[in-house]
Amino acid sequence: MSNVVIVLFGEAGLDRSAQGVAGAGQTLSSSSGGQLIAVVVGPPQEGMVEGLSALVDRVLVARQEDLAEYQPGSVLQALVEICRPLDAAAVLLGSDVYSQELTPRLAHRLGGSSVADAAQVEWVDGSVRATRSAYGGKAVAVYELKRSPAVIWVRSRAIDPAAETGATAEVSEVAVTLEELRLRIIERRAAEQEGVRLEDAQLIVSGGRGLGGAEPFEELQKLASAIGAEMGASRAACDSGWVPPTWQVGQTGKKVAPELYLAIAISGASQHLLGMGDSKTIAAINTDPDAPIFKHCSFGIVEDYKNVVGPLTEKLAELRK
Amino acid sequence: MKILVCLKQILDPDLPARDFQIDSEKMEAKRGTANLVTNIFCENALETALQYRENHGGEITALCYGGDQAEDSLRKALAMTVDHAILVAREGSDNPDPSAVARVLAAAVRKAQDVGEAGEVDVILVGRESGDWGVGQTGGLLAEELGLPSLSLVDDIQPSADGLRVRRQTDVGVEIAETRTPVVLTITNNEFNVPRIPKTRDVMMSYRKPLSQWSLADLGLDDDEIKAGTSFYEVRELYVPAKEVNCEFIEGDTIAEKIDALATKINDVAASVG
Repeated sequence: MSNVVIVLFGEAGLDRSAQGVAGAGQTLSSSSGGQLIAVVVGPPQEGMVEGLSALVDRVLVARQEDLAEYQPGSVLQALVEICRPLDAAAVLLGSDVYSQELTPRLAHRLGGSSVADAAQVEWVDGSVRATRSAYGGKAVAVYELKRSPAVIWVRSRAIDPAAETGATAEVSEVAVTLEELRLRIIERRAAEQEGVRLEDAQLIVSGGRGLGGAEPFEELQKLASAIGAEMGASRAACDSGWVPPTWQVGQTGKKVAPELYLAIAISGASQHLLGMGDSKTIAAINTDPDAPIFKHCSFGIVEDYKNVVGPLTEKLAELRK
Repeated sequence: MKILVCLKQILDPDLPARDFQIDSEKMEAKRGTANLVTNIFCENALETALQYRENHGGEITALCYGGDQAEDSLRKALAMTVDHAILVAREGSDNPDPSAVARVLAAAVRKAQDVGEAGEVDVILVGRESGDWGVGQTGGLLAEELGLPSLSLVDDIQPSADGLRVRRQTDVGVEIAETRTPVVLTITNNEFNVPRIPKTRDVMMSYRKPLSQWSLADLGLDDDEIKAGTSFYEVRELYVPAKEVNCEFIEGDTIAEKIDALATKINDVAASVG
């Protein structure tokens, strides 16, 4: 049997990321011939287990309260104990920070292999292959994972959601006695955030190094407000302290895929493109017609943003009335 | 506090895409005219360590498993004023998988402790991922090899009563964790850990500082599995994605005309999502 396990957090519910992980799981289990088993860590959100049982073959719920809040050591220990008897050929996780940090450690403890940020997973000749970007988006690489299970965090928000199986999965409870921790998260602070998460945004206005400081971002924010967009930024802008690090879009920031991504004074380094290349429509305002960003744009304007942003905001406010 | 920072030397990620070429025999990027540089997140880790030492005291060891030119990365770390530097000479593949690397690093950490080079290490810092392959597995695997707790995406380290108080970035903000030492932390960038530029005098001094050089045999890891570095995973295909669209450059007699046209296009998309 070559079962496929997907790991989801009860706290997050059956969100877009969870649906994408389940989608990747279905692709893999349909060709591996094994069961698709969902493991839910921590008390699930209402409706999550019912929703999941329409998508997978089995659901295991670790409902215990001491897994409600993420602690790396506890969740790792629980997953090792829950996954070990499942005869898994693959264990798939989402693209959240917790899943990212669990992936290599879970693989090591299960005697498997791991890889990160897979856009696609496949079953080829009895082993798992993962397709992902490499060299900061300049290349695409296909990895063969040599040890079983293949533990992979997938680019879950960009993977097609799972389809209903037409059957109802068997649901069972699991419990783990947790060990004492040497490292404990003691405080969680959400950055002040208005509107929706950047990853879920339909419209994003993003600024880069070319803005030269924090003040121009205020102008960009007015533009964003005019069309109800969220704000993003390049790594250069975040590293300079002009805007918070949570705004960062790119290889090491948020991976976004909005309907419209408006890049202002962003040259379009491959590392940035890796974070927003899946956007439906990309548009740019840049002084350099040869800037790499234009190679990915549907439309753009070669102008200094200083001459564009103000009047553009007014015009859009007018059109949106 | 004894801090050990792991460094990886990589192909310069700022190499323009037009100069990027693939060696499909070796399944990696061609070196071409590109420089080899220290991975940026490893330098963020170095900077984090240096600031900790400045504020709270301590001793820093830089460790690199790398090829012929990896000494450059360690000399630069010495110029940034780390206290000790250890180079483990890479044998076999230029691109061993993270499991092989983690095993080498773990063995080097143990040997460094045994020979007293680094003393008992309290904290091991690793970059969150590398700017070449960017798989980001080495830190977690190293923690497992050493049997230590770990936390990812850390951007600040402070002393606390029982060990360390660290801050890490999450999807929605930050988390604060308390940890006993020893511990493995993967470091990400923030506005405060931008790597310093070494002073000219320190660069000159760095060439006179001792640098330990170890072989895989010195670590008891002189085996084909480590050298091949493909028992964890192997790259089967590597190609440059063909994704280019034709950008419509908005034209107009005046800038106002261009802006009006741009506004209309943006509004069309914005209106479609409500």
